[in-house]
Amino acid sequence: MSFKIASSPHNRVNRSTANLMLLVAIAALPGILVQAVLFGYGVLIQLLLAIVTAWAAEALTMQLRKKPVLPPLKDHSALLTGLLLAIAIPPYAPWWLIVIGTFFAVVIVKQLYGGLGNNLFNPAMAAYVMLLIAFPLQMTQWLPPASLQSDSLNLSDAVCAVFSQFSCSGFSISQLQTGIDGISMATPLDTLRTDLTAGKTLTESLQQPVFYGIAGAGWLWVNLAYLAGGLVLLKLNVIGWRIPLAVLGSLFIFSTLSWLAAADSNPSPLFQLFSGATMLAAFFIATDPVSASTTNKGRLLYGALIGFMIFIIRKYGGYPDGVAFAVLLANMAVPLIDYYTRPRTYGHKAKGTGK
Amino acid sequence: MPSLFQQIQAGKLWDFHGGVHPPTRKAQTAQKPIGVMPLPDRLFIPLRQHIGVAGNILVASGQRVLKGQPLTSADNSMAVPVHAPTSGTIIDIGDHISPHPSALPDITITLEPDGLDEWRPQYPLNLTTSDNLSILERIQESGIAGMGGAGFPAHLKAGLTQPVDYLIINAVECEPYISSDDALMQDGAITIVKGIDILCKLLNPKAVLIGIEDDKPVASAALKAACSQREHYFVRDVPTKYPSGGEKQLIQLLTSKEVPAGRRPIDIGIVMLNVGTAYAIAQAVLDDHPLLSRVVTVTGETLSQPQNVRALIGTPVSDLLTFCGYQHQSDGKIIMGGPMMGFTLPNLDVPIIKTTNCILAPSQYELPAAGPELDCIRCSACADVCPASLLPQQLLWYSKAKDPAKLDEYNLFDCIECGACAYVCPSEIPLVQYYRVAKADIREQQREAVKAEQAKARFEARNARLEREKQERMARNKQLAQAREQAQQTDSNSNAVAEALARIKAKQAAQTTAPADREQILAEREAKKQQARAYQAEKATSKAPPESGPASANLSSPADPVKESPASAKSAAVAAAIARAKAKKAAQAQADMQEKAVDAEQTKQPEAIEPATPQAATDPRKAAIAAAIARAKAKKQADSEKS
Repeated sequence: MSFKIASSPHNRVNRSTANLMLLVAIAALPGILVQAVLFGYGVLIQLLLAIVTAWAAEALTMQLRKKPVLPPLKDHSALLTGLLLAIAIPPYAPWWLIVIGTFFAVVIVKQLYGGLGNNLFNPAMAAYVMLLIAFPLQMTQWLPPASLQSDSLNLSDAVCAVFSQFSCSGFSISQLQTGIDGISMATPLDTLRTDLTAGKTLTESLQQPVFYGIAGAGWLWVNLAYLAGGLVLLKLNVIGWRIPLAVLGSLFIFSTLSWLAAADSNPSPLFQLFSGATMLAAFFIATDPVSASTTNKGRLLYGALIGFMIFIIRKYGGYPDGVAFAVLLANMAVPLIDYYTRPRTYGHKAKGTGK
Repeated sequence: MPSLFQQIQAGKLWDFHGGVHPPTRKAQTAQKPIGVMPLPDRLFIPLRQHIGVAGNILVASGQRVLKGQPLTSADNSMAVPVHAPTSGTIIDIGDHISPHPSALPDITITLEPDGLDEWRPQYPLNLTTSDNLSILERIQESGIAGMGGAGFPAHLKAGLTQPVDYLIINAVECEPYISSDDALMQDGAITIVKGIDILCKLLNPKAVLIGIEDDKPVASAALKAACSQREHYFVRDVPTKYPSGGEKQLIQLLTSKEVPAGRRPIDIGIVMLNVGTAYAIAQAVLDDHPLLSRVVTVTGETLSQPQNVRALIGTPVSDLLTFCGYQHQSDGKIIMGGPMMGFTLPNLDVPIIKTTNCILAPSQYELPAAGPELDCIRCSACADVCPASLLPQQLLWYSKAKDPAKLDEYNLFDCIECGACAYVCPSEIPLVQYYRVAKADIREQQREAVKAEQAKARFEARNARLEREKQERMARNKQLAQAREQAQQTDSNSNAVAEALARIKAKQAAQTTAPADREQILAEREAKKQQARAYQAEKATSKAPPESGPASANLSSPADPVKESPASAKSAAVAAAIARAKAKKAAQAQADMQEKAVDAEQTKQPEAIEPATPQAATDPRKAAIAAAIARAKAKKQADSEKS
């Protein structure tokens, strides 16, 4: 009789890294669907492109690193990276944009640092920032929500738009960006920023059609969908509560303070929380375990830093939304945060006072 | 605000950080009666079944032993004896596979039971008349070591003399599957409480806290009933969570206190013993029934009758598994202990020992083998469940990097190896294994460092000793030199010292006479030459008469021999004889002088000796001169006689 020798513990929870990644991807589905409904098929086309590119890039790098190709594909981390980048970029951005971005995310930001678990930065956000800096025009080609579009795009139009930047009926993206009122439209955050910079008051700016609703037409629904997905992840214990709470809490606190100080030049806290990529950032991006802080106190600090940076960049920065920059800046601070927020070990006095 | 003591008495419970909730799977054994096995064919009794040292062997191979007879002695406070679990014959004393993760062979006594189960005489102690020392002695002699798993000698804990606030009895049994303590409590709660009474007599605690997980309601009720007459015994039902049965965790749960790192519970006024140990103490003291058997949970899906079994110490695992209906599965594993901290066995000859609480024979579906180890994604699920509040993912990183300084900074040695981190790890990283290896490496390095330190200390001590000796020698020499100087300067009149010094100098001088000897030799040689010349001169004069002419040559003399007359030749011969005699005399005198010089050298005062050597050197010269003068005179005489 032969017996297997193994080291303890001999039982384990049935939750693998692949499960976790897949659960996060699934929880993002409601948000993606709302985005697709609001902005058209472009979202789904980008998603498909991103995932295929991510898989290809991952396989290629593993091949070059002379390592088994299948395991990293099975852990679904590349899929998640592609997914997060695809839903962050404008739905009708040219096809090469998402391909370059995803390739950069997987190969440069993740694999060159040593692969899963070793990257300092959130791959999707690093790629987003790279694209934003390298291709600012294409990265701001957001169409108005479908309800405000003068011409709605069907599936074939969407495919044509992504691959040729013209719809099948020959409209260019800039033409498509023009809303029903004949004015070219960007995202609510972008519009607001432009208006406020131009000296308009908040009330004046909010008169525009893109602001229908609490946080801009459609964007409220997108954020609500991601919030729902995020709550499911919390419930399933896939993510912890500390980072999302800290992100939303600090954004809420700072925007409330500014709003109370000058209500006419600062959007309301509710607008801040439900506009742009706030919920996506709080539940899906900032919670990426690899690049986030790993201690309990550190996670609160890390989340608060992201919330604060989002607020600061939205208010003073050169870009309408600051999620990607905020996350990257916080990523950089993680080693420091982790070092100074180590928990007190059982039987030891508080840190620094010896054993 | 009530004091901590009041809160504890009022039944307040605290929580410890982290912990996990693995499926407990205790139902298959917990409520069944404790099974009794037939006697095994062989019992393998390892000498050391506890933390400490093995006792000396008291029996020999071939000897018949009685049940309860000690096989080893307890002649050292860290030694705990082992006993014959039944009567029979010792058939071997030698190496046998040990119940240890390493499975290395260890010295083991093999006993063949004779089936009679014949007891040695038993002497129960009377608690009221026995003093603490004899009770402690009895506990040690009965071979009792902590039965919760660590195997710490019970008499050492029970014999602690520091003041004890709380005696905590650990009845938590938090590992999944294991229900041996549960079964024991259901069966023997009264005996357990008697054991606690004995411990109270020894330790005199303010209160006794019995911690039991709330998934053992029957056992808890039995204990509560048994404790009902005792006011300061408190049974506390703690929430089921792994590892609440860890010593440090249970202390935190029941008292909110933490054992400071590197210290023991007694340092905060707490002593903790396992419920099985309390039972064994009662049996040992009240019945003189040493620790011969224990309850073992034999469970797992490969068994048709999983149950708790009262097994004799030394019973091979194979007998237990057979008794419980084991069906072997290829590639299966047998675990000694629980699924969280137990270790796998390479074969089934491993015996049950005092600390064995469970034999687990799971099917492959029940406890599947770990999948491939993936990269850490820093999710810190491990940190969330760590009962010691460590950061396991950082420890993994530094374990892989072999960075002992960082591992120390992150308190690797506070890891209790409970396995909660590896249990939750989504990447299936065997974290505990990494820590075990890192700990072993560091211990090895520390041993090496201590050795190196000792070698260095030895080397430095030797250097210091050599240096010290050198300094001492130099100091002594200096002192002597000073003394000599003083003697010369101030004590020159002192004859004794002066003579001693003179003797020393004379000796030194004698060593330098080698050149003088040479001169002496030269002088002798000169004297001989002189003799030879004188002889030749004599010959010449003696020849001269027959040759009778100026033609007769006299080589030794520059005088013209031709002019020598026969008459003067006679007188010349006489003169030559005289010269010879004189030369002889001179040589004699020279030798005498030299002897005298040596004598003088040896006896004269230092000041006087100084020129001794030159004098000795000049003496042969003087002799040579004297000889030359004598020669000249003799010649003159001869000349004048000739003329």
